[in-house]
Amino acid sequence: MKELFKDKEHLVRMVGLFGIGFLLFGLMKIILVPNSFGLYGHYRGDSLAEVAAQPVAYAGRGACIDCHSDIDEARTGSKHAVIGCEACHGPLAAHVAEPEKLKPKLPDGEKICLRCHLANPARPVSFPQITLKDHSTDDPCTSCHPAHHPEIS
Amino acid sequence: MTIDRREFLLQTGKLLILTSSAAAALEYVLAGTPEEAPGYTVADHYWAMMIDIEKCIGCGNCARACKEENGVSRQPYYFRTWVERYHVRPEEPELPDVDSPNGGIDGFPEKYRGDDGSKSFFVPKLCNHCAHSPCTQVCPVGATFESPDGVVLVDKKYCLGCRYCVQACPYGCRYIDPDKKVADKCTLCYHRIRKGLTTACCEVCPTGARQIGDLKDPNDPVHEFLRTHKTQVLKPHMATGSKLYYNGLDGSVR
Amino acid sequence: MEMESILNSVQGYMYPNEVELQWSVLIVLYPFITGLVAGAFILASLERVFNVEAVRPTYRLALLTALAFLLVAPMPLQLHLGHPARSFEMYLTPHTSSAMAMFGFIYLWYLMGVLVLEIWLDYRKEIVLMAREKTGYLGKIYKAMTLGVDNISERSLAIDDKVGRFLTIVGIPSAFLLHGYVGFIFGSIKANPWWSTPVMPIVFLFSAIVSGITLVMLMYMLVSWLKGHAMDMNCLDTIGRYLFYAFIIDFTLEMLDLIHRTYEADESFHALNFMMQTRLYTSQIILQIILGTVVPIGLLAAIQIVRVSEMARKGTYVLSGILTLIGIFAMRWNVVIGGQLFSKSFLGYTTYKMGLAGREGMGLSILLLILPFVILWGLVKLLPPWDEEQAA
Repeated sequence: MKELFKDKEHLVRMVGLFGIGFLLFGLMKIILVPNSFGLYGHYRGDSLAEVAAQPVAYAGRGACIDCHSDIDEARTGSKHAVIGCEACHGPLAAHVAEPEKLKPKLPDGEKICLRCHLANPARPVSFPQITLKDHSTDDPCTSCHPAHHPEIS
Repeated sequence: MTIDRREFLLQTGKLLILTSSAAAALEYVLAGTPEEAPGYTVADHYWAMMIDIEKCIGCGNCARACKEENGVSRQPYYFRTWVERYHVRPEEPELPDVDSPNGGIDGFPEKYRGDDGSKSFFVPKLCNHCAHSPCTQVCPVGATFESPDGVVLVDKKYCLGCRYCVQACPYGCRYIDPDKKVADKCTLCYHRIRKGLTTACCEVCPTGARQIGDLKDPNDPVHEFLRTHKTQVLKPHMATGSKLYYNGLDGSVR
Repeated sequence: MEMESILNSVQGYMYPNEVELQWSVLIVLYPFITGLVAGAFILASLERVFNVEAVRPTYRLALLTALAFLLVAPMPLQLHLGHPARSFEMYLTPHTSSAMAMFGFIYLWYLMGVLVLEIWLDYRKEIVLMAREKTGYLGKIYKAMTLGVDNISERSLAIDDKVGRFLTIVGIPSAFLLHGYVGFIFGSIKANPWWSTPVMPIVFLFSAIVSGITLVMLMYMLVSWLKGHAMDMNCLDTIGRYLFYAFIIDFTLEMLDLIHRTYEADESFHALNFMMQTRLYTSQIILQIILGTVVPIGLLAAIQIVRVSEMARKGTYVLSGILTLIGIFAMRWNVVIGGQLFSKSFLGYTTYKMGLAGREGMGLSILLLILPFVILWGLVKLLPPWDEEQAA
């Protein structure tokens, strides 16, 4: 046995050093890899809940209608009935949380209307569009087209 | 487990959220008023999105709402979702003119004529939530992944910021969050869909050009949509298993 | 704002998130430096494994050069990370499908398993002699390097030689792996047609061999000149010949790739062709292909054919060597930066503006290129590669 390692002691020590290196690496791996890693796949399982914990800014139309059912009724039968409230009124989850404290501002009528209805060749032909100079007067859009039920009856 | 999932979510959520109003909003939404938030099990869902180009009017509501909902910085020039305008001249269908001024947020000033034989249309873009996503394939540490419910997400606490995933995405959907220095992208509003809400972009789309669908829910309209429309995905030759199904996608779109 | 100016220089249409370049000059340095490592090692192994006795004077210098550059290789990567402190995650939870994740392991293997071990075995006799002779902290360093074994008997040295030879044989595929996979990091990105080609790893490998041989050749000439040693012309001519062969293969592969792309002219061709004729014209056509490849190949070919004086040959080696290094650097630049200048929609182009200062600036890059020479100087002091000449 001794003969076998004769003149090789330095190599044995080097191998030993490598062994210690591997051991330390294994130890680090045990200590430092996050617990939930590999729960669902090659990632931290906990990160799913972390991403999901982000707060909501848009409450969703359901929350609006809960209190403002009158507006929802006013929209019945209109083309605008399918539009989410926050499409025009902006993100209002904060208002839903504290209805009295955070009052939403009324949307800027014409700007909002034209965002969708200004004529543009890239828009689908079937979509109602206007060119400002050909369309009516200088009156605000809502004087003829109530925002929640824009059809002129 | 001693605490149920909702309780757990609520607690972690509260810990993570700094402003009290946002915490209140979360609490409200979790209380289930919009739709009763069910005990969400990841294995029961598989999300996809349908986009109907024939309905898109290029109002930019989606891109705007996305930035509001997810706190994506307005400057510089990063987008989780954006809208492109294509203008295709019949003589050169392979070289369309494309623009997306500020991602479509400020609308599209009229630029092309409609009567010269050319055609133009809008194409909303976002993460394709690929089933074989090249971005998660190249992540060296497992900081980005396809969740069991079919959403490609980033673990912001684990990401190195090596930017390899940004290079690997064929659709240009990723960027580096300038504040956190980690990869960022569309989460399909994962924080919303787990609570039974739709994504912010779908919520504000006035024409219903965007809809999310749960492929594992037999009653979801997604199945009817896919059955009755000729759908296509972006860059099908990339074979990424994209789950962003377009109706009316023109061949010039890339 | 800086972004505004970049936006203004966008031509055509880019996906919004593409306007900003992801990988800067630091990522150009990385394949350049690893290439030098792999090439230097291959030159060293010529002597050891293939018994090319003529290049013996450069053997140890080549090994030390490889080590000095290998120590610097990960620095640009580390500096470029958004969260440098998280880089250890690559060792903790390596994603096996990621070419980049394998970097850490191949790097460590090559550094510890091949280079350090081989140098240690080759120098062990000197280390032990120094440990006996020197005192003070230098003595302690040598002592530590002996691992406390004083044995330099004939038999032990013969064993070292055997193990070292085995390590070199293992080292050649390792060096191929080290640089081949760097090519794979780029070549495997299917989203990017400028990168995505199976030839990429092979092109990277051969350009690495070319650059590494060149570097060692220039280092040998420089060191000999500084020390006032006579240059071994047989050695230089042999290196020059091998450089010429490697260069021919490298150039053939690169041109094959270029011709193939041009002939196939797939959907990306329009954009890539436009790029080569505009934004990459100087760095690709002029610097990489003409000045960095055709001219040095021509020079090296000329002295294979025409018999010229020693002085003229030395001059040719220096000139073609410098041009080659510039050309290979330009090649890395064109791959890394060029691959990000066009949109994946193939409809637009952006620009890269390199700053002077800052983490991704030119100043730091130059420092990173100087650093290996500083390390090499230290290594040479510690482990002098030219004992024979000194004795003479």
